[in-house]
Amino acid sequence: MDIHEYQAKELLSNFGVNVPPGALAYSPEQAAYRARELGGEKWIVKAQVHAGGRGKAGGVKLCDSETEIQEACEEMFGRKLVTHQTGPEGKGIYRVYVEGAVQIDREIYLGFVLDRSSQRIMIVASSEGGMEIEEISAERPESIVRSTVEPAVGLQEFQAREIAFALGLESALTQQMVRTLQGCYRAFTELDATMVEINPLVITGDRRVVALDAKMSFDDNALFRHSAIAELRDKSQEDPREARAADRGLSYVGLEGNIGCIVNGAGLAMATMDTIKLAGGEPANFLDIGGGATPERVAKAFRLVMSDSNVQAVLVNIFAGINRCDWVAEGVVQALKEVQVDVPVIVRLAGTNVEEGQKILAKSGLPIIRATTLMEAAERAVGAWQNDQTQATTVRAV
Amino acid sequence: MSIFLDKATPVIVQGITGKMARFHTKDMIEYGTNVVGGVVPGKGGEVVEGIPVFDTVKQAIEATGAEASLVFVPPPFAADSIMEAADAGIRYCVCITDGIPAQDMIRVKRYMYRYPKDKRMVLTGPNCAGTISPGKALLGIMPGHIYLEGNVGIVGRSGTLGYEAAAQLKERGIGVSTSVGIGGDPINGSSFKDILARFQEDEDTDVICLIGEIGGPQEAEAAEYIREHITKPVVAYVAGLTAPKGRTMGHAGAIISAFGESASEKVEILSAAGVTVAENPAVIGETIARVMGEAA
Repeated sequence: MDIHEYQAKELLSNFGVNVPPGALAYSPEQAAYRARELGGEKWIVKAQVHAGGRGKAGGVKLCDSETEIQEACEEMFGRKLVTHQTGPEGKGIYRVYVEGAVQIDREIYLGFVLDRSSQRIMIVASSEGGMEIEEISAERPESIVRSTVEPAVGLQEFQAREIAFALGLESALTQQMVRTLQGCYRAFTELDATMVEINPLVITGDRRVVALDAKMSFDDNALFRHSAIAELRDKSQEDPREARAADRGLSYVGLEGNIGCIVNGAGLAMATMDTIKLAGGEPANFLDIGGGATPERVAKAFRLVMSDSNVQAVLVNIFAGINRCDWVAEGVVQALKEVQVDVPVIVRLAGTNVEEGQKILAKSGLPIIRATTLMEAAERAVGAWQNDQTQATTVRAV
Repeated sequence: MSIFLDKATPVIVQGITGKMARFHTKDMIEYGTNVVGGVVPGKGGEVVEGIPVFDTVKQAIEATGAEASLVFVPPPFAADSIMEAADAGIRYCVCITDGIPAQDMIRVKRYMYRYPKDKRMVLTGPNCAGTISPGKALLGIMPGHIYLEGNVGIVGRSGTLGYEAAAQLKERGIGVSTSVGIGGDPINGSSFKDILARFQEDEDTDVICLIGEIGGPQEAEAAEYIREHITKPVVAYVAGLTAPKGRTMGHAGAIISAFGESASEKVEILSAAGVTVAENPAVIGETIARVMGEAA
């Protein structure tokens, strides 16, 4: 789960990380009022969306007056901010964060990630702050410092000092840097984060180490023990279909294509999408309905897939192991009676009791296109969709 | 031989009193697995599916001589159960549980390393379908009847995609020595590399099938290991060709976040290491059959 910058800053400051003075606003007027409360002469107005690259997309504005703040906000509120991380549909701006501007002397990149190679938490830092880490690793790889943390004892001071020295920080700043690193590490472990990124971490004109931006992601599997973090979820930043799916215990990712997929198991779901692509089509979604393909889950899945107006054919691929094919077939039949599906439906069942499952599908009288192998299913789905495109009437074979 | 598991291996089920665990315990016993006990704290003395339940893993081992364990414990308590198994002296543990916090798994792995190598438990999973040595024993949730006995070793992240491969092999009359699920989580007990090493040493395994997916470095690490240490033919399939960057595809670990983590990059890296890559999931069985023909 992702959270907003202002939320990440509040969390990190609780762990001793310096952040600039700032306040949240839900309207241009409120933003101007917040600036007055904060005091100072220059402010940064930052659109709060769950995506990086806000600056280049016009989501961060430096303002000299309350009027400028109001103007900047009026351009932001209600708009969709499109950055290189949001996709073409962008993310809605409903909150802005107003911060007092700080004088920047140096910019540093600082990230904490779960490193899957060492299976530990890794600190990634670079003296080239302000650039995206991908750019840094492409253009200035020698500037990157990496350090993994021994989980039994946590981040030690010497490690933090090593990072500070490797970044070329002046000695007077070492202690502040150590505090910042240890604060981030504690936040990461105590709150079950999967990522903490401060980019840039700046050295101010008055020699302070300050987090100018902050991003945090959390482990969905650990939210059960962090109710305060779970409450920070902002559904306005999520794809509405994906959010709805998640609420129903289904794992769904919307894509650009037009062949809807309903599959059990994440690996098989990806493999099914790949096969559709190889057959000449484009999958409309990833959808894993989980091991037990109960009729209720199948019906939910159909509703979800059909809520995407791009979907022109639905491919159901279920490998029934413990849950038998006849039972899954009954679920599909029941779902198709409950849910209005006006596009061709291709069903491929495999595994336990497959013949009985096929019989149930055939006897249902429903316009279901059956397939026995994965490739056949994908080809029929792509064929059905192409047929639909070339003919005004829907062709449905049984 | 087979790896990890044979007919005699005495097995316990941690969390045996849960609905799913009961169901699969029954299934495993029917398959022929030597299930000797269950562990549920506070339920010692009960009997489930004819199997005695113990309060602790230590008690279960003392009473039954259990060597392997299947963890069916809910996510908040699963890491604790795995560590209990490691500490009590279980040699091989499969964790089925999906949804264990990643940092719990970091602690589990660190904890397992406190034991010297010869006393260290091997963990596969979590978030996997388990391990099966067809015709011998099943430690997991897979449908046993889709596997024929034979000499292909399967190692994969995904449950149902592994079933798909086994079913394609069965259709061709090809069997499996052992199939091991390493699970879809970012931090897992064993990597592809760990399992490949076992298959290399197993005299019943002639060909190895590796089923990978997007996300993480383990397929690339496996490629390097294969180049240097594996002399048996390896066939691979990597799922997620159509997966967009930066999105989690069901499995917590299935997310492309760095170079080398996309399906096409992994395919390239594996091919360069001499692995025969099945172009699509529909031809996994066919590709293995071809490679076996060539090897024979």
